Amino acid sequence: MKEGFRQSMAWLHTWTGLVVGWVLFFMFVTGTAGYFHYEITRWMEPERPLVEALPTSGRDAMISLALDQLEQRAPHAAHWQITLPHYSPVNRGWQNFEIRWEDLPEPGHDHGARGNATLNPLTGEHQESPPVRATGGGELLYEMHYRLHYMDLLLAYYLVGICTLLMFMAIITGVITHKKIFKDFFTFRPGKGQRSWLDAHNVISVMALPFFIMITYSGLVFFDTTYMPAGMAALYGPDRESRDRYFDDLYAENHDHQAATRPQATLAPMLAKADQAWGEQQIQSVFIQHDTGESPRVEIQRIHIDRLRWYDGEKLAFNATTGEALPTGPYGTTTSRTRQIITALHEGRFAGPWLRWLYFAAGLLGCAMIATGLVLWTVKRRRHQTLPGHDSINMQLIEALNVATIAGLPLGVAGYFWANRLLPVDLAERANWEANVLFLLWGEAFLYACFRDIRKAWVEILWLAAAAFALIPLLNLLTTDKHLGMTLTAGEWVLAGFDLTMLGLGAAFAWMAIKVRRRWLSDISQGTSV
Amino acid sequence: MSALCNRMFSDSARYRWAVFSRVVAAFVGGYVLSSMVLLLLSLILPLPQAEAIATSTMLGFILYALIIIWAFSSKRLRTVWLGLLIGSLACAPLILWLMPEGGA
Repeated sequence: MKEGFRQSMAWLHTWTGLVVGWVLFFMFVTGTAGYFHYEITRWMEPERPLVEALPTSGRDAMISLALDQLEQRAPHAAHWQITLPHYSPVNRGWQNFEIRWEDLPEPGHDHGARGNATLNPLTGEHQESPPVRATGGGELLYEMHYRLHYMDLLLAYYLVGICTLLMFMAIITGVITHKKIFKDFFTFRPGKGQRSWLDAHNVISVMALPFFIMITYSGLVFFDTTYMPAGMAALYGPDRESRDRYFDDLYAENHDHQAATRPQATLAPMLAKADQAWGEQQIQSVFIQHDTGESPRVEIQRIHIDRLRWYDGEKLAFNATTGEALPTGPYGTTTSRTRQIITALHEGRFAGPWLRWLYFAAGLLGCAMIATGLVLWTVKRRRHQTLPGHDSINMQLIEALNVATIAGLPLGVAGYFWANRLLPVDLAERANWEANVLFLLWGEAFLYACFRDIRKAWVEILWLAAAAFALIPLLNLLTTDKHLGMTLTAGEWVLAGFDLTMLGLGAAFAWMAIKVRRRWLSDISQGTSV
Repeated sequence: MSALCNRMFSDSARYRWAVFSRVVAAFVGGYVLSSMVLLLLSLILPLPQAEAIATSTMLGFILYALIIIWAFSSKRLRTVWLGLLIGSLACAPLILWLMPEGGA
C-alpha cells in the first residue's frame, strides 16, 4: 500500500478511526455511564424511599411463605428461586424478599415464561413497590451502547459490531504505528498545536491500553456467533433454534425438567449447613429444580463473593426428597468458562467500588482517546482548509460532527437527566421522551455547529455542557427532597455521588471551554491558525 | 514500489480504485477467509463440538484482525487477492471432507 509496514498501519489507523469515531464516542459515553447504571436509575427514581428494606421475619418462616406463593403462582415451573432479603454487592443495593420462577417451556420452545414477585416478609403477600416516575434510567443509557436507539435490534448489533471491529483494528494498528510506545508515554509537549494533540492522544491511549483491548475484544465475543456465525451455522444450523441448541450444549443446559415442587425434606438443616460453612447471614437464595431422570434438588446460593464469574458463587446442593448433600460443580468447561470470563470482564459486574471507579475512569479515558483522535484528524488537515477544492465541504462536515459529538453528546446526556426532573410525571411515553431529549440536543448541536463559526461553536457548546452538568445538583434541589444537603448528611453516597459526579463533569467541561477559548483568542491575536 | 506509489499518486482515480479494492479484499475477503479457517478449526479441534465452535469463533476475530493487517501491509494488491483466494479454496475441500454426515 504505502511505503513500509508502519506507514500502511498509520493509514489504516487514521481511516478506521475516523469512519466510526463518532459512533464509538457514543458507545463509550453511554457504556461508561453503564458502569453506574443502578446508581443512575436510583437517582432518576427520586420517589423511592431512602431505606428500601422491609421489616423481616425469621428465615424459615419466610421460605415457607415463599413456597406457598410459588405453589400458587407457578405450579408448572422449570425452577423456583427464593431470594432472601440482603444487601447485594452485584446490584449494589438492598435486595428485598423475592420469588422468581420460569415456567416449563411450551412444546417447541427452549424457555418458558419467567415471573417474579416481591413479597412482604411478614405476610408473604405480594408487595407493591412504591410508584415511581416512568424513566429509562441508567439501564436505557447503558443499553444504548450496544443497541443504539431508534433502530432494529439486529441492525444495531451489526453496526455496533462493525464499529467495534474497526476500533479493535485502530487499537492494534495504533500500537504498531507507535515506535516509541514507552518513551512517548512520558512525553507531553503542551501548547504546540498538532504535536500536543498527538501527545495527548498517545498518552491517553497508552494509559488504558489493556482496558481498550479487553473492552473491544470482549465486546466482539458477546456477539461472537452473530458476527462470525460460520462454525455454528455450518454445524448446528443458521436458525434461532439451532443457536439455542448450540448455547445449551456449550453451557451444558440441556436438561429437561419436571415441574418444581415443595421439597419433601425439611430445609432448616440444609440452611444450617450453609451457616456452618459460610457464617451467619451469608445465604442469598434457595433454588429448587427437578431434572428429568434425577431426584429433585435444592441449591443454596451464597451472597456474591469476589470472583469474575459472579453468578457462579459458592453453593451447596441437597437432595430435596432425602435431604442428603449432593456434590456441586465443576461449573462449565474450560471453553465456556473462558468465554464467560471474557464477557464478565467487559461488564465489570464483579467489581467493588474502587475497581468500579477505575472502570469508569478507563471508560472516560476511552472517550478522551476517541475525542483527541478525531480532533487530531482535523487539526492535521486544518491548514489545508483554505485551499480551494471540494474537500473543504467534507472538512466542515467533519468539524461540525466533532463539535456536535464531543461537546454536544455530553450536553445531550445532561439533558437526559434534566428531562427526568422536568418532564411532567403524567406525560405519555415519558421514558421515551427522556431519550428523545438526548438525541434532540445532539442533533441541534450538530445543526448549530454547521451554521456557526466552528471556533465559537466549540466554546459555546462546551460552556453549555458545563452549565448543564454543573446545575444538575441545583435542579435536583429544586425538584426533589433528595438533594446534596440531605444526602450528604444522611450518608447516602449513591445519590450524593451522582450529584457530585455531575459537578465534577461540569468542572471538566468548563475547563475545556476555557482552554479552547484561550487558545483560539491568542491565535486570533497572533494571526495564526490552530 | 516507490515508482508504483508515485504512479498511483499521480493518477488519483487509479489510486482510489486501488484503495477501494484493498478495503474490499481486507474486510470482505478477510471475513470469508477467517470464516473458512474458523469453520475448519471447529472441525479439527479435539473438543466437544460446541466448545470447538466457541473456541474457534473467539479466535476468529483475532485471525480476522491479522488478515486485515496483512491485507493492508502487503506491497502488492494482487498478492492480497491471490492469498485470500488460495487460502479460502484450500480450506473448502478439507471442510467438506471433515463435515459430519448429515450436518446442517
